[in-house]
Amino acid sequence: MERSEIITKLQKKAISIRYEIIKMIGKAGSGHPGGSLSSADIGVALFFYQMRYQADNPKWEKRDRFILSKGHAAPLLYALLAQANFFDKKHLSTFRQYKSILQGHPASYLTPGVEVSTGSLGQGLSIAVGIALAGKMDKKSYNVYTLHGDGELDEGQIWESAMFASHKKLDNLCAIIDRNHLQIDGVTEVVMALEPLVQKWQAFGWHTIAIDGHNIGQIISAFDEFLTIKDKPTVIIAKTVKGKGVSFMENKAKWHGKAPKGELLKKALKELSTKKD
Amino acid sequence: MQNKQELVPIRDGYGKALLKLGEINPDVIVLDADLSTSTRSNWFAEKYPERFIDVGIAEQNMVNIAAGLSMEGKIPFATTYGVFICGRAFDQIRNTVCYSNLNVKLVGSHGGISVGPDGGSHQTIEDIALMRILPNMTVVVPCDHIQAYKATLQLAELKGPAYLRLAREPTATITSEHCEFQIGKADIMTEGNDIVIIFAGTIGAEVIKAVPLLHQKNIYPTVINMHTIKPIDKDVLIKYARKFGKIITIEEHLKAGGLGSAVAEFLAENAPTKMRMFAIDDRFGESGQPDVLLDAFGLSAEKICQRVEKFLYEG
Repeated sequence: MERSEIITKLQKKAISIRYEIIKMIGKAGSGHPGGSLSSADIGVALFFYQMRYQADNPKWEKRDRFILSKGHAAPLLYALLAQANFFDKKHLSTFRQYKSILQGHPASYLTPGVEVSTGSLGQGLSIAVGIALAGKMDKKSYNVYTLHGDGELDEGQIWESAMFASHKKLDNLCAIIDRNHLQIDGVTEVVMALEPLVQKWQAFGWHTIAIDGHNIGQIISAFDEFLTIKDKPTVIIAKTVKGKGVSFMENKAKWHGKAPKGELLKKALKELSTKKD
Repeated sequence: MQNKQELVPIRDGYGKALLKLGEINPDVIVLDADLSTSTRSNWFAEKYPERFIDVGIAEQNMVNIAAGLSMEGKIPFATTYGVFICGRAFDQIRNTVCYSNLNVKLVGSHGGISVGPDGGSHQTIEDIALMRILPNMTVVVPCDHIQAYKATLQLAELKGPAYLRLAREPTATITSEHCEFQIGKADIMTEGNDIVIIFAGTIGAEVIKAVPLLHQKNIYPTVINMHTIKPIDKDVLIKYARKFGKIITIEEHLKAGGLGSAVAEFLAENAPTKMRMFAIDDRFGESGQPDVLLDAFGLSAEKICQRVEKFLYEG
């Protein structure tokens, strides 16, 4: 397939994933749309371009591992897993309900394709480091991917694991930062300044790639580049827009963890379905 | 009289068991957070450097790296002082290890006030409480180096999260190689007809020392080593609670949430029994020589003897 064809296909998928995210959160009446939408393009490129897996065999030994460290973006993960056929799409309408296999935040004991439970921020990178280290010990060829919120980088543990990963030269590890500049209490640079972020990761010994996180071409090029890097872990810092794809949610911190209701829900779904066609 | 040479730190048993595991189980990985010489994980590190990971002073990272390793079929033993692994990394233990039910072994050395001179900051007296409240968790508190050795080997075979509590001070060996040990099954160490004493951990050495003192007062206790706090041996509790109607628990831990608390929770619903908990009551530890501290906290053999007598005759 031509590169341009791949890109067009992924762009289309990203719109339907966004549509599912809003539908799921709308039905549940709660959830986290902002950060699910901002990382939708990255998620689609991971699941439908980059990663090797077998949906009917979620524990396939050679699969690439994905850890959603920003567990609140569960709607994105569930939409991706359903789209990839890890489970039936009908489960999406049960999100956050009693007895659902789709908990408010990822729970590995319930959901096929969820590697580990997340939700408390800052832990996913350390877990991924453990998986990457095991891969190195056993000379396995899988890669490990993580997705983090930028607000999540406030957690000290992120930097413990960042130090460790470069110290152990884990070049089978790729962290992706959804750099949407917003956290619950507001703008990251006001709440807890992160810049200069690229230099911080470089200082911690990582190979850094800064991209536009909504440009599929740039995302897949970054993944291609990661595969060529030896002896150090890679971080992709993807500049994104929180709430991307739904006009009234874009760049609004208040849509971090709130479901659209009534007319707003209809408006959001209509905007996305117009783009779909 | 105790011979000084017979005193062995319980962590030595752990260190030896790791060496054994290194030899027999290639999946065993040992992690430490810059305290390997103190926890005895350095013995494993020297022999199996490719399976030893020092994370530096970063307990949260250590616990989650162990989680990641376990997801790939490894059996990680994450080791440091109890106060740091249970306290500093509690959220990692709760949200990653236990919630995902991962096969991670958490090992906390330096349990209890007998840590001594380092003082309250380093004496974990809340670790049992923190660990036993977590779903999926097993909690084992061996009494001496021989039992620590056996417990470590068995934990490697047990699937799921577990916490093993060790101690710093050399203590008397009160079990032998031949004693049976099984996680979840209490040891009846001596049988008497007057009262039942249940202990966990190295405080057992003081309890065993108190037995002849009690005999001198014509008190014959049954002594039970409840080395597994979770799952607790319910059959033994029911049997001895019904038989004696009076139970004493002894531990180097806070009264809130420890062994006594676990025993009381079960018995209150199943066989209500008059109890006394010899433990540390709502305060931190402090600096001092271990024997001085144990006496000050009412946990020396002499104090145990006095308190048992008081409970038996005065209620």
